[in-house]
Amino acid sequence: MFPRPIAQVSPLARISYQVALPLVLILWLLPLIGVAFTSVRPASDLAQGNYFGWPSSFAWQNYVEVFQNTPMWQYIKNSFYVTIPTVIGAVAISCMTGFALGIYKFRSNLLVFFLFVAGNFVPFQILMVPVRDMTSQLNLINTYTGLVLFHVAFQSGFCTLFMRNFIRALPRELIEAARVEGVSEFQIFFHIVLPLMRPAIAALSVLIFTFIWNDFFWATVLTTKAEVQPITAGLSSLNGQWVAAWHLVSAGSILAALPPVAMFFLMQKHFIAGLTLGAVK
Amino acid sequence: MAVTSSHGSTRTWWQQNQQTLTPWLFLIPGMFMFAVYVVWPILSSFWISFYDWNGLRAPDGSSTAEWVGLGNYAELIGDDAFETSLKNNILWLVLYMLAVPFGLFIAIFLNQTVWGIRMYKSLFFFPFVISQVVVGLIFSWFYAPNFGLLYLLTEWLTGTGTAILADPNKVTYGIIAAGLWPQTAYCMILYLTGLNNVSPDQVEAARLDGAKGFKMLWYVILPQLRPATFIAVVVTVIGALRSFDLVSIMTTGGPFGSSRVLSFYMYEQALSEYGFRMGYGAAIAVVLFLIMMVFISGFIWKMVRDEKEGY
Repeated sequence: MFPRPIAQVSPLARISYQVALPLVLILWLLPLIGVAFTSVRPASDLAQGNYFGWPSSFAWQNYVEVFQNTPMWQYIKNSFYVTIPTVIGAVAISCMTGFALGIYKFRSNLLVFFLFVAGNFVPFQILMVPVRDMTSQLNLINTYTGLVLFHVAFQSGFCTLFMRNFIRALPRELIEAARVEGVSEFQIFFHIVLPLMRPAIAALSVLIFTFIWNDFFWATVLTTKAEVQPITAGLSSLNGQWVAAWHLVSAGSILAALPPVAMFFLMQKHFIAGLTLGAVK
Repeated sequence: MAVTSSHGSTRTWWQQNQQTLTPWLFLIPGMFMFAVYVVWPILSSFWISFYDWNGLRAPDGSSTAEWVGLGNYAELIGDDAFETSLKNNILWLVLYMLAVPFGLFIAIFLNQTVWGIRMYKSLFFFPFVISQVVVGLIFSWFYAPNFGLLYLLTEWLTGTGTAILADPNKVTYGIIAAGLWPQTAYCMILYLTGLNNVSPDQVEAARLDGAKGFKMLWYVILPQLRPATFIAVVVTVIGALRSFDLVSIMTTGGPFGSSRVLSFYMYEQALSEYGFRMGYGAAIAVVLFLIMMVFISGFIWKMVRDEKEGY
């Protein structure tokens, strides 16, 4: 194990490590802690210059105010309406592409695979003008469908990479044995491979949920109205209206961060597995 | 195969061919979506970059674009804003790489087994889970003139506070520092997994040979961490070239356009209130794409090589 386990070094070093850990963590998260505190600080504190002291009282009404005076609730709902169908679509599609590329040996297999991989690396700005034009010709600007269709298509690159690597690692004998028994290829997919893919499906769903929830670029490009804007784009336009009303900006930020953070803590194991399984072998 | 062909006469055409056809049937939805939304738009962007187009279409659906050949690219050469964006993108690429050693450093710091270490690891990873919009807002607050933590800190240290986002010479560094926060967390998690897989035997053997500290890291640990380093570099390069959210949230390219990057400038040209110059925006995107292509080809080349070895 590297570095040398702390249990094997002198007690002094051990104690200083235990002390350093929380201190470094607080330093690391200082900006976030600051914003969390600001979100419950009454506006009067900010006016009096009490930016960093203990809040004179906990102003939970900042959050109430955000919900009452802005379309925040609508933004949150919009984010869910965009994120959930995207997760389902991208995972479904990539189960299929991953199966095709992971199980079968055919000549253009690697070519197709690397097309998906390369597409996943592309700076997506190059897609902006044509995708916007296409979406507007389909009358899908300012709709959930417009965003979902694009996200599903773009995420299928990463998801295919991920699923294909996962399926490649499954024991091949299982599939060979099924074929000898005369099981059809479709049944192999539904009854043998799919049940084994459950951990990959969980990991990928958590990851895609976070990616899409946090997407800002496509939200700004494909939506302009508060009725359909996801929370990232909504927060950005609210930031323009709340000039220097930092207690509201902070409350809004915390709200926008909450769902992916909750997802991360609930599904932590899958999340980390997802980030690294698709990547580091 | 010999077995199946012997009673081939009793099998339907589908049964005989299902192993060849199934992969393609499974690929159709994915390939269709990918072709429509990713492959075709890339080609289309190249094409649009040769036109002058305001993004509008005639009532019959035909484009109102006008062919200008390499006109957009010629214009880019003399465009100061483009030059600034390009320089900033290079700065992003170089400085963003710091996330890789920083991430490794934190991973080494956290790779212990003490009480609650799992919780610490998750909390260190926190910044990556949060949207870049929120990271941008958090750092705008951190950098805010007069009361921001950084302003107060510099005021305390030097006597005059620095409002980093208002200074054209420093603004890009300020934004990159904000970007390094989540990116370091990402690299950290890659390295933590990598460190988990480091062979204990080799470490012990090296220890018996007297290797320790930096030498141990350099000669024994880092070679074993190569897959993690590769992914960390890939995601960091992509992150640096895609950087849009932070610039848009923290400065909208200012002050005086000094913090623009290519992705933001192309958005400004093509979609914001500054104009609807689709052709010019597409030309900027093509430049960004070509820069990326240099890296993508390198990555793919390495991955194909590993893949062939894997068979």
